[in-house]
Amino acid sequence: MRYLPKSTADREAMLKSIGVRSIDDLFAPIPAEYRLERDLKVPRQMAESEIVDWFRERSRENGDGHATFLGAGAYYHYRPVIIDSLISRGEFLTAYTPYQAEVSQGTLQSIFEFQTMICELTGMEVANASMYDGSTAAAEAVMMAVRLTGRRSVLIARSVHPEYREVLTTYAHHQGLPLKAIAFAENARLDLNALAQSMTPDTACVLIQSPNFFGTIEDVDAIAEIAHKNGAMLVVSIAEAVSLGIVEPPRQADVIAMEAQSFGVPLGFGGPYCGVIATRDQFVRQMPGRLVGQTNDRNGKRGFVLTLATREQHIRREKATSNICTNQALVALMVNIFMTIYGKVGLRELAKQNLAKTAYAAQQFGKHARVLFPGAARFNEFVVETTEDPYAVNSRILGHKIVGGLPLKKFYPELGNASLWCCTEMTTRTAIDTAAGMVAESERSMKSAKEEVEEVAG
Amino acid sequence: MKHMTRKATRHISQNEGLIFEKSSAGKAAWKLPPLDVPEVDTAALLGASERKDLGNLPEVSEIEIIRHFTRLSTWNYAIDLGMYPLGSCTMKYNPRVNEVVARLDGLANAHPYQPEKISQGAMRIMKSLSDCLLEITGMDAITLQPAAGAHGELTGLLMVRAYHESKGSPRKKILIPDSAHGTNPATAAMVGYAVENLKSNAAGMVDAAALEAQMNEDVAALMLTNPNTLGVFEQEIHRIADVMHAKGGLLYMDGANMNALVGKVRPGDFGVDLMHLNLHKTFSTPHGGGGPGSGPVAIKKILEPFLPTPVVITKSDGTMAFEYDRPHSVGRVRAFYGNFGMFIRALAYILANGPDGLRQTTEDAVLNANYIRKGLEGVYDLPYSTPTMHEVVFSDKLQAKKGVKTMDLAKRLIDYGFHPYTTAFPLIVPGALMIEPTESESKEEMDLFIESMKSIAEEVEEDPQMVLDAPHNTRVSRLDEVAAARKPILRWKPSV
Repeated sequence: MRYLPKSTADREAMLKSIGVRSIDDLFAPIPAEYRLERDLKVPRQMAESEIVDWFRERSRENGDGHATFLGAGAYYHYRPVIIDSLISRGEFLTAYTPYQAEVSQGTLQSIFEFQTMICELTGMEVANASMYDGSTAAAEAVMMAVRLTGRRSVLIARSVHPEYREVLTTYAHHQGLPLKAIAFAENARLDLNALAQSMTPDTACVLIQSPNFFGTIEDVDAIAEIAHKNGAMLVVSIAEAVSLGIVEPPRQADVIAMEAQSFGVPLGFGGPYCGVIATRDQFVRQMPGRLVGQTNDRNGKRGFVLTLATREQHIRREKATSNICTNQALVALMVNIFMTIYGKVGLRELAKQNLAKTAYAAQQFGKHARVLFPGAARFNEFVVETTEDPYAVNSRILGHKIVGGLPLKKFYPELGNASLWCCTEMTTRTAIDTAAGMVAESERSMKSAKEEVEEVAG
Repeated sequence: MKHMTRKATRHISQNEGLIFEKSSAGKAAWKLPPLDVPEVDTAALLGASERKDLGNLPEVSEIEIIRHFTRLSTWNYAIDLGMYPLGSCTMKYNPRVNEVVARLDGLANAHPYQPEKISQGAMRIMKSLSDCLLEITGMDAITLQPAAGAHGELTGLLMVRAYHESKGSPRKKILIPDSAHGTNPATAAMVGYAVENLKSNAAGMVDAAALEAQMNEDVAALMLTNPNTLGVFEQEIHRIADVMHAKGGLLYMDGANMNALVGKVRPGDFGVDLMHLNLHKTFSTPHGGGGPGSGPVAIKKILEPFLPTPVVITKSDGTMAFEYDRPHSVGRVRAFYGNFGMFIRALAYILANGPDGLRQTTEDAVLNANYIRKGLEGVYDLPYSTPTMHEVVFSDKLQAKKGVKTMDLAKRLIDYGFHPYTTAFPLIVPGALMIEPTESESKEEMDLFIESMKSIAEEVEEDPQMVLDAPHNTRVSRLDEVAAARKPILRWKPSV
């Protein structure tokens, strides 16, 4: 086996030095009746070229070369090539969690820079080294608010990503935390009256997403005021990190739970991604996840270490703030490099292009079909209602190697034939015009079909 | 250095500040293509929501970024540089073909919500990996959704809870041996269970008789790591399973040490009801400085109704689909389908090995650990003489007489060109040195390791202070962790 650095002679010499006759002697502790005396039924050993071929075939079966209008928590942005050049360095790729600081300063310093940039972008005072993804970060941020307030119930906007809400439901269910969904208003923003009426003395926090699942930017000021007036915390989930380049961050939040996938992480069929939690200094001891801090060595030289570990499972066991151990370090490094590349100016310009493409697309689609939720600012997603079933429209669009917007029926039955479309800097005007043209065609044919029916009936 | 090491030599490494210290206005590493749609008036579109300032994000050029991160990288130890004997962490070689296939366009750029019709390749990968993992573990069904081992534990205990609820009561407690990973009790607490400790016996194993006395109808499950954190196979495993099952409890196996068993024995055959796997340990996906991991949970038939949604199924026409309608499911534990990129890498690893390679891998991992044990026995105290599987745990008892503790020995090992072993774990061994070589080490590398450890033991006798002051050859000496925690500086701020 090509990954194993031993000759038969090496193995024999080692067995001899250990003082056993055969390798089987070393497996003697396994009771004989359970020992597997046959080959595992897995595919035979493959050559490297065969492995590459096998996966190439899978890649071809998987929509290789399609343009996409899908967003909904996973965004197709350009990934500068130096991200992969740098994360492929073995010293990053094949290093362990930096518990041994003296031989891990590279990882530690890069995480410190990551934490800093996340703070700058979110307007928070402290950010952790990463969480699994945006959904689990949101769930853990809510648990954090429950611990901090000593209250039990949670209000969650229905405009939060439906799968994030499902994850929170899973996490909260067995802890017996009551969850209540708050409706959205005509403009897709959170219904403030419904929120105000739902607040109780037991409300630990309000969880919103901004831009929300429909791409609409929430009125964070107003929501924060209602939450804080009632002694509850405000937790804000951000699923589209690029929005932070042009949209004011939710500075009034107490905890921000982010999905940073947009920052240089491949779509990769849903993972691995990069969650992050950011908050205020005063709440840091209830924060889950790893933290890197600056300190000095014995000679007064600056260095970095994992710190405040007394929150964590390997020290506190059942009293830890979370069971999280391995997180998403290498993905956080991608995010870090992406933020460094675009920086203070580039990130704003990038976000502006997303805004422009989306404004253009919404306008084009709006000429033929209804663009829902007018009257509130949005970032790079918008909702289009078609007369025809969106799955049918999408399957025709797919014929042009374009993946249309996400039909919303599954998550929001009341939205009928609406679907969620997303544009990024990667979306071309040609793709927008083609897709909008096909939606227009669908509307025209549905309309003439309807007129025919009416004529016959008349 | 008193004793020269054959393994490493000091060399120059570059100094490098924080990226913010290199920033100045006007430098850039990005370039966007010209906009092919009309420009927009951001103020008109966003109103009060418009962001005006991005604070202290850096402005630097591409070459500076390359140098910055390359310089930082050279300050890390890595498997690619040498043996990484962290017990319990399974730092094995990360094959490069895995990285290549994970980056194929159709896989790396696949959107999780793209139509199933154009997702058959991804689902086939998930199905193939699932089939392999089920064969390897001897279990009946699996979820790939959990993002890491601890997340797998959470998912597993949620299923345990749902199972017991379906029988009328969720029960109250989880039994956890005192040698367990910290994630086990932390997970039990997250799922609303009380934790009850189980004392290990003199051989470092679960005492089946004591377990029998502790087991009752309040206990939902036992979380057992096998081989346990001493690297010892629980020889009474079947009796343990029987004791659990007799009172309606479940046996959960923490699969962190599955690399000692693959191809030799299957947990499903010795009474385990559910277990998680760490793809970043046993199945070679890179640790990346602390993730991403992936923690599939394999289960017996009785737990199948409770699997997280969605589940990959094969339809009658042979195509694959996600099944969401599962009324007894514990729900979702993560958005989308899990760390798919890790599934690709783990499957590529299994294909590269085949049945013979997987078995040889396990045999070599156990051979290596025993070789190190033999090489260091007598030099370091071996608190448990029970046979070793894939890792061996010594203690600092002999060196502590000179005031030198496990962490000091570990720091000295750095000077010899090795990453430290795991220190002070498992908790049942005071001053533990937990060593796991994995199969990826050659005899030569291990001989260097053994020689280094012996040399350090000699140094402790001759000049303990020198060991206490180690490491001597790193960029930074020991860092003040107490100060870091007392007055935390968790981000850079511009000097005013």
